Amino acid sequence: MTRMPYDGVVLTAPFTVPYQRYSNDAAHFWAAKGLRGTLDAAGLRPDQIDGFSVASFSLFPDTAVGLTQHLGLGPRWLDHIPMGGASGVVALRRAARAVQAGDADIVACVAADTNQIDSFRKLLTAFSRFAMDASYPYGSGGPNANFALITDYYMSEYGATREDFGHLAVAQRANALRNPNALMKTPLTMQQYLAARPIADPVALFDCVMPCAGAEAFLIMREDEARQRNLPFARIGATIERHNAFAEDPVQLRGGWAVDVDELWQMAGCGPADMDLVQTYDDYPVISVMQFEDLGFCEKGEGPAFLRERDLTVTGDLPHNTSGGQLSAGQAGAAGGFIGLVEAIRQVTGTAGPTQVADAGRALVSGFGMINYDRGVCSAAAVLSGESA
Amino acid sequence: MTEPLQPPAKKNPQLRSPLAFLPPVPRSRAALGLTARAAEGRFALQQCAECGAVQYPPRDACCKCLSTDLPWTDQPPHGELIAETTVRISPDLYFRNQSPWRMGTVRLASGVSVLCHLHGDVRKGPVRLALLLDRAGQGTIMALPEQEVPNMADDPQLRELGTSPKHRRVLITDARAANAPALVRALLDAGAAMVFVGESEGWRRWPGRAALDAMERVEIVPLDVTDSASVREAAGTLGGKTDILINNAVFLRPGGALDRSDTVFAQQELEVNYLGLMRLAQAFGPAMRARGGDGINSAAAWVNILSANALAADPTHAGYSAASAAALSLTQSLRADLRGGGVRVMTVLTGPTDDEWYAEAPPPKLAPRAVARAIVDGLERGLEEVACGDIARDLVERWRQDAKVLERELAEGAGR
Repeated sequence: MTRMPYDGVVLTAPFTVPYQRYSNDAAHFWAAKGLRGTLDAAGLRPDQIDGFSVASFSLFPDTAVGLTQHLGLGPRWLDHIPMGGASGVVALRRAARAVQAGDADIVACVAADTNQIDSFRKLLTAFSRFAMDASYPYGSGGPNANFALITDYYMSEYGATREDFGHLAVAQRANALRNPNALMKTPLTMQQYLAARPIADPVALFDCVMPCAGAEAFLIMREDEARQRNLPFARIGATIERHNAFAEDPVQLRGGWAVDVDELWQMAGCGPADMDLVQTYDDYPVISVMQFEDLGFCEKGEGPAFLRERDLTVTGDLPHNTSGGQLSAGQAGAAGGFIGLVEAIRQVTGTAGPTQVADAGRALVSGFGMINYDRGVCSAAAVLSGESA
Repeated sequence: MTEPLQPPAKKNPQLRSPLAFLPPVPRSRAALGLTARAAEGRFALQQCAECGAVQYPPRDACCKCLSTDLPWTDQPPHGELIAETTVRISPDLYFRNQSPWRMGTVRLASGVSVLCHLHGDVRKGPVRLALLLDRAGQGTIMALPEQEVPNMADDPQLRELGTSPKHRRVLITDARAANAPALVRALLDAGAAMVFVGESEGWRRWPGRAALDAMERVEIVPLDVTDSASVREAAGTLGGKTDILINNAVFLRPGGALDRSDTVFAQQELEVNYLGLMRLAQAFGPAMRARGGDGINSAAAWVNILSANALAADPTHAGYSAASAAALSLTQSLRADLRGGGVRVMTVLTGPTDDEWYAEAPPPKLAPRAVARAIVDGLERGLEEVACGDIARDLVERWRQDAKVLERELAEGAGR
């Protein structure tokens, strides 16, 4: 069956709460900041939204339910998305369909997490049952160790080098220097990347994200509603979502995108070459490289060669993670699953300010999440376009 | 190449003793199955009873057919190391102290990928797998070289997962026990730095004392497990340097419950086999628990030698069976108490030993050398549960299959 297009539904009011390395405040504080930010951007009061979607790791013992009473919301549509790096695109998919079907008129999608001192360690010790049983007791390296194994396997399978991954990290740092809210403020050279302190070989310091506190938010509403309110908006060309794909692969070399990539571009009516910018989920460079491959920019294993030839900065021929991504802006927990999406909405609505890509009409956003045991389980992607594209 | 492990440097008494940190403890109930197999030294994983698919990590339902019948089944301990890393930074205090720590992904022929510890001599390619208890007493998987390599046991990560006597000081509680000479010899051969052997009632002469006393790295010390003051005194001298304690003190007299009209032997059996253990635990336990992280000669293990009839009574040794059962129960509590210090508690279950008190028992009977071998092997592999000899193994197996059936079988030949 052909999937129904996302006609008449749009994304608007992208908002980023500036990240902080550590915060004494709770996730509720950051969620409130994010929600207020996106509402203010649209000129709405809290009682004017009737849908609410939440992604967070640090709300415990609350979920989206507790947050409604905490923040005084009375939505008729409520969602909680525990999918980490895939939560942005997944939130978009669900909320867009709810608005399309009339189950809600305006949905606020918020991802927020705090980062208190020691909260990252606590998150790791009980991240998932499989991680607790079969991954964390082996050196307790957390995601650094998991991605070290994936990077090691990828390098030996396809002959990739550390320079190949450095190419992404260095370009993202250049992008971050344009973003006043990025946590990383100093330039990064390839020499510095290569000489960085080893963390879990072959992963070194600049392959790792910095956990921080922050929030990202946007609104989903009907296009006529956005026009009426005079809000710049982004359209949804296509989306895909997949979980636990390729479970038989010995080590993760591909994600669920590879299952659904044809459907994505078919539904979007365009291809990788038509994208003016790409926002991948970049908790480690290797996974960004995989996304370029699995989303059809090049063949499997050719990611390093493909990217080597491209300028990934804001002014380059393939702008990538234009706000600096998680590698250079910071990883605000589940908000890391929103960072690329919120930035892409800004880009295609021409509101990205210092990181604005010239004539950004179409963007690809990709999400990846949840190292449940040895690999990321959730994958998702969306093609967005601006009003004019 | 693994470097040979050097003896520890002399301790600086002005420095704080290193604390015993434990690797992450929490596990799901299913994953505790891994711990139970590691305690016995088996390499077993869940395997679906319906479709045969091997499961890892441990599950509650088969990921191929959704069956919930997933018995633990011995697996060929072989695989291929396909990805590896060295973890240099960890937020966990144990691994922060142990850093760097090698781990990797091993693919099993059954089609599961296993994240595991890596022995220093392991490279990508074929490896042998072992299921070993870590310092938290939880079952973990380690990849070892396919073939024995020089100084293999001295690998720091492998040593963390065992309780090897090498460079450690051992206290054996009863010098007069028939197995004492063989135990001392086996421990010295395994590299023990020093073996203290407890002697009660030192004024009583006994054969073999001179030979034991003449051995290098052996010291006979006064210790009577039925005397609280004696145990406390021994702990005062030896408590801080007992890295492994082997309680081999035993008292038994044959006979059914109705064969006597008093409780004299029964009391003596409890005094030695049960209360003796309690006294030792109270006197030596706290110091050992505090020294679980004390470097190369940290406190590592506590060994209790018990009759396998602790599990199911032999009615022809009624009092001894009861005292052994009490001691087994206390062993389990002691294991929980010492776990916080990373000190392993090993139960060695034995069948009839080749001595006067089992004169009527038909062979096979357990030779002292066999007990000594089993204990050293169990220490090196860091086991918690050892059934020593064919009779004990057979009894444990039957007890697992059906404890009530075993009780009825053991009743044969009694009550005449």
